[in-house]
Amino acid sequence: MTENQPGLPDKRGHFGEFGGQFVSETLMHALDELQQAYGHWRKDEEFVQRMDEDLANYVGRPSPIYYAQRYSEAAAGAKIYLKREDLNHTGAHKINNTMGQGLLARYMGKKRVIAETGAGQHGVATATVAARLNQSCRVYMGDVDIQRQAINVFRMRLLGAEVTGVSAGSATLKDALNEAMRDWVGNVDDTFYIIGTVAGPHPYPEMVRDFNAVVGREARRQMLKLCDSLPDALVACVGGGSNAMGLFHPFLEDKNVKMFGVEAAGHGLESGQHAASLCAGRPGVLHGCRTYLLDDDAGQIRHTHSISAGLDYPGVGPEHAWLKETGRADYVAVTDEEALRAFHQLTRLEGIMPALESSHALAYGFKLAAGMRPDQRVLINLSGRGDKDVQTVAEIEGLSL
Amino acid sequence: MSQRIADCFELAKKAGRKVLIPFITAGDPDPGWTVAVMHALAGAGADLIELGVPFSDPMADGPVIQLASERAIEKHVTLGTVLEMVKLFRQTDTDTPVVLMGYMNPVERYGNKRFPDHATIAGVDGLLLVDCPPQERDDLGVAMNDVGLDGICLVTPTTTRERVKDIAGVANGFIYYVSLKGITGAGQLDSSELREPIQQIREFSQLPVAVGFGIKNAEMAVNVAAHSDAVVMGSALVEALSVAKNSEEACSVATAFVAPVRESLDNMG
Repeated sequence: MTENQPGLPDKRGHFGEFGGQFVSETLMHALDELQQAYGHWRKDEEFVQRMDEDLANYVGRPSPIYYAQRYSEAAAGAKIYLKREDLNHTGAHKINNTMGQGLLARYMGKKRVIAETGAGQHGVATATVAARLNQSCRVYMGDVDIQRQAINVFRMRLLGAEVTGVSAGSATLKDALNEAMRDWVGNVDDTFYIIGTVAGPHPYPEMVRDFNAVVGREARRQMLKLCDSLPDALVACVGGGSNAMGLFHPFLEDKNVKMFGVEAAGHGLESGQHAASLCAGRPGVLHGCRTYLLDDDAGQIRHTHSISAGLDYPGVGPEHAWLKETGRADYVAVTDEEALRAFHQLTRLEGIMPALESSHALAYGFKLAAGMRPDQRVLINLSGRGDKDVQTVAEIEGLSL
Repeated sequence: MSQRIADCFELAKKAGRKVLIPFITAGDPDPGWTVAVMHALAGAGADLIELGVPFSDPMADGPVIQLASERAIEKHVTLGTVLEMVKLFRQTDTDTPVVLMGYMNPVERYGNKRFPDHATIAGVDGLLLVDCPPQERDDLGVAMNDVGLDGICLVTPTTTRERVKDIAGVANGFIYYVSLKGITGAGQLDSSELREPIQQIREFSQLPVAVGFGIKNAEMAVNVAAHSDAVVMGSALVEALSVAKNSEEACSVATAFVAPVRESLDNMG
């Protein structure tokens, strides 16, 4: 479970100039309440034990580290290892966080949970936990995403969640987040908002990071055991950035471990049709925090594009903005085409079908490894499995299933 | 501190009159009509005008104002355009205070130091940023104080007593009490629930108190005004305006909306 993390954010939730609480006054009390509850329960023995048990017996942790031999051979450079978050219950890292927040909601006496979702992975992970904890659950999802992730929508409904389509704006993740925020403002007394990424107002970026940091803690231990040394580089995809932050955070003090966050370059950064807020954006305020974002000269948030719904978001977690600013992590971007190629390559070489989100990390990790020495190691976070994307991939290839 | 806002409330107080604050989204339904509509509102008895600055992701707004924002953005309305509108309005109306209401990112993009300066030159009197509570204002807050642009603060049913005290310490112009837990245009407002929270605000602040969110007609306005110094009406007016076909029609809709509310407020006794 969560350890008492030193350092950032500060008391007001700032990572340097990033983060904070940019929300309407109605939510200020709810955020204070959440901050206090999280501060209390994270140190509570019973809560921690319950969380650890659930992560082990329900989620299936620890997830293995897998040496991808054939994928490494194809890269012909450093050895490539995969952190298998795709093997978690519900098929992605998202459950680490929803398990934590769902349990916190229960300890806080909130009987209703809401969530936003892009690819549907966070929605499914929330609906799953809500089913188990007997909480009523509503998930907001952009109409465009509902189209491209039909299977996940059905999964959520099977789990008893109400899925509400959002047609405003670009009808994707950012608009779903707006709508969830509106719901929360109106139902703040009995509702817990389970945010799915390390963005949003304080304490979400910190809390979601802490719940996902189990990924990095395990990986650190596993690599030491397996290879007697830490990896030379970590690679993870970044939409909002929760799987990347979960992997990176426990390694922040290991100065020899390089970190690469991989954003979605969509049709290419120069095309303007991408979702790479760190690579091509600038600081601003969105969804409760100051962070890097994609906007126009008037400050209107731009519509983004990525083949992967989970990365299709115009902002990013404020701690990533901070890691970029301080130079601790590097942020790069790969295109739809490169990600798709990685999707096929890993599937054929290793018999592992990655999520299109994770395929971005794979594409960059492969390039990175190719330029490294054979005695070096790259650890890629395989954040989710690709079953949900089969339809999308088939359509791109002109097939109907 | 804005003299226009202070004078507006002072005059109203002397005359025993409730301050009526209509809200419209700048540039909706058409950017060319906004200034005329502002004059119509003032002519029909509005004391202060709240002008919504369109934003692509208006988290605190209900569907009516969201759609108005989207329409205005489609017509290329920016924060700069809004300042031009106020400048134009000021050519013939130098008394009616104008408060801009919107979200942080367009202001930050314009420039936290530059914006307050340009806004006051254009004739803006106050700024209400829904997603920027007082403790996050930093350099923007300093720049606003320097030029006397009022930072209008929100207090809501969930604001704790301690926080009301903090907010009272930094607010200027007037305090905007959000009458319900929810987004603009939502829910049912029970005006009997206003007494206590407004009393609490008055304990800590000498500033006038305006109440808004969910006030849809003259009757509700009167019930609310029994507890407050001012009432804000937004979504219902924005919705009425949205069907106007031209500037003249928009102005008559505005007049027809405000005049009866004015009359009811003046006959409260």
